[in-house]
Amino acid sequence: MCPSDDREALPEDIEPGDEVHPGKPVIVDRYTVGARINHWITATSLVLLALSGLALFTPYLFFLTGLFGGGQWTRAIHPWIGVVLFFSFSGLFFRFWRANLPAREDATWVAHSADLLAGREEKMPEVGKYNAGQKGVFWGMSILIIILIASGVVMWDQYFYPYTSIEQKRIAILVHSVAAVVIICVWIIHVYAAIWVKGTIGAMTRGQVTGGWAWRHHRKWLRELVHRPKRHTPAE
Amino acid sequence: MFPPIPNPPVTPTPPKFGEADLIRRSASSVPQPAQHLTEVAKLIDVSKCIGCKACQAACLEWNQLHEEIGINVGSYTNPPDLTENTFTLMRFTEWVNPETDNLEWLIRKDGCMHCADPGCLKACPSPGAIVQYSNGIVDFVHENCIGCGYCIKGCPFNIPRISKVDHTAYKCTLCSDRVAVGQGPACQKACPTQAIVFGTKEEMKGWADGRIKDLKSRGYANAGLYDPPGVGGTHVMYVLQHADKPSIYAGLPDNPRISPIVETWKGVTKYVGLAVMGFAAAAGFVHYLVAGPNKVTEEDEENAERLTEGTAPPPADPAQPQGHA
Repeated sequence: MCPSDDREALPEDIEPGDEVHPGKPVIVDRYTVGARINHWITATSLVLLALSGLALFTPYLFFLTGLFGGGQWTRAIHPWIGVVLFFSFSGLFFRFWRANLPAREDATWVAHSADLLAGREEKMPEVGKYNAGQKGVFWGMSILIIILIASGVVMWDQYFYPYTSIEQKRIAILVHSVAAVVIICVWIIHVYAAIWVKGTIGAMTRGQVTGGWAWRHHRKWLRELVHRPKRHTPAE
Repeated sequence: MFPPIPNPPVTPTPPKFGEADLIRRSASSVPQPAQHLTEVAKLIDVSKCIGCKACQAACLEWNQLHEEIGINVGSYTNPPDLTENTFTLMRFTEWVNPETDNLEWLIRKDGCMHCADPGCLKACPSPGAIVQYSNGIVDFVHENCIGCGYCIKGCPFNIPRISKVDHTAYKCTLCSDRVAVGQGPACQKACPTQAIVFGTKEEMKGWADGRIKDLKSRGYANAGLYDPPGVGGTHVMYVLQHADKPSIYAGLPDNPRISPIVETWKGVTKYVGLAVMGFAAAAGFVHYLVAGPNKVTEEDEENAERLTEGTAPPPADPAQPQGHA
């Protein structure tokens, strides 16, 4: 340990607000209220975009336009929700990108991901705030949202019709639909993981997880939080 | 001269075709119609067009449309492109024939071709916004249109335009309302030289043959009919003096077809996409049933407590040292 240099020594996956509260059980602060609000604005936008987008993707789901006040409203509102998502996700990106940088244990984690799914979590390496799967969701969402906003603008005829050729719009619409299918699959993985791994959803609602949850799933992060040098609060 | 269509009776006439004659309806299916109407067609003989724009004016008038007053962009083509009000547009091209060194003034009446295989209809996501009658007319139904502009991407001829006023798509209807009561389209009615004629598709092909023979006898060796097979043929056809190179006529596509990108988007992407999303959701469901929830144990909580008290076991994997050695 080199306490004189604690800013530098702070691991990259510890985010502002992460904190351990000893006790029975141990409670760990995982997401600040800002991060949670930011997350839920993004989540709501993504769900609304998926519903309105799927309505126009296939006639089987056209009835979903009813949720948005009909086809005209769906067509008009979908791109604006996309703009909200883009800026909202940008907020999440700048909050979380550092903790999602690749780490040494990621390759081992991926190699053992079958063990995780089979319930043999003891065979997994100790991971930081995010495991390789979560990092995959983060970077996948980031790249797909850039693809979706870029292709979406090209096909947003109401405001951007004159700027591209019809052939470019055709390519954009194909890219947009393929990227949308992929991001919906990434979203399914994200939501399933939160449901499957009990104790996770509380991280995004109340902002906290139990020490046992952190020990089981993000032990490296928990150790870092416990062992990091005491922060000097203004009161001290 | 092609026998003109007689004037209509003054008594109201019931429409000759309607909902029961649909053979395609966008984003939905229709029952096979009991009878198949005789296919109609409009034949535009470019060699007879004098560029008077009577058709353009008649179209605006019949459809009660008003084009905005534009600006001179240095061409007789006015407005410079089709709009949500201008369903048909005379496109003027000055072309120097390399064989004769003559300047030829090519005037093509642009507008919806009423394809037998309509790309607009196939791209449309809104049930019933685009319909095709068994007589070949492809029509837009504005109360079902959502203004997404997918028809523009589907169309191989760049025809539909979205109105900035009601946000729905507009194009030539082949005057389906007039045809339904036995009349020809307004443009055909107005044409002073019979460069536009209207009748059954067979009649029009026969009439075109005579015109092509005439043109060939006058030295237009490549005169021919434009009824492109890539879109299953069209219900608006051209007689072209130079049918070997349609693109000289203000970019008329040489071999139009629905873009393969659009086919991919509306075809394989849709089915594979739905399957993949369905599979992802089902895989999660099955995994939950088989593997059960991943729960934090009492032991995990105790380990966390020991860690905060400083009595926990060190990391299992020495390859991942804790802190700095």
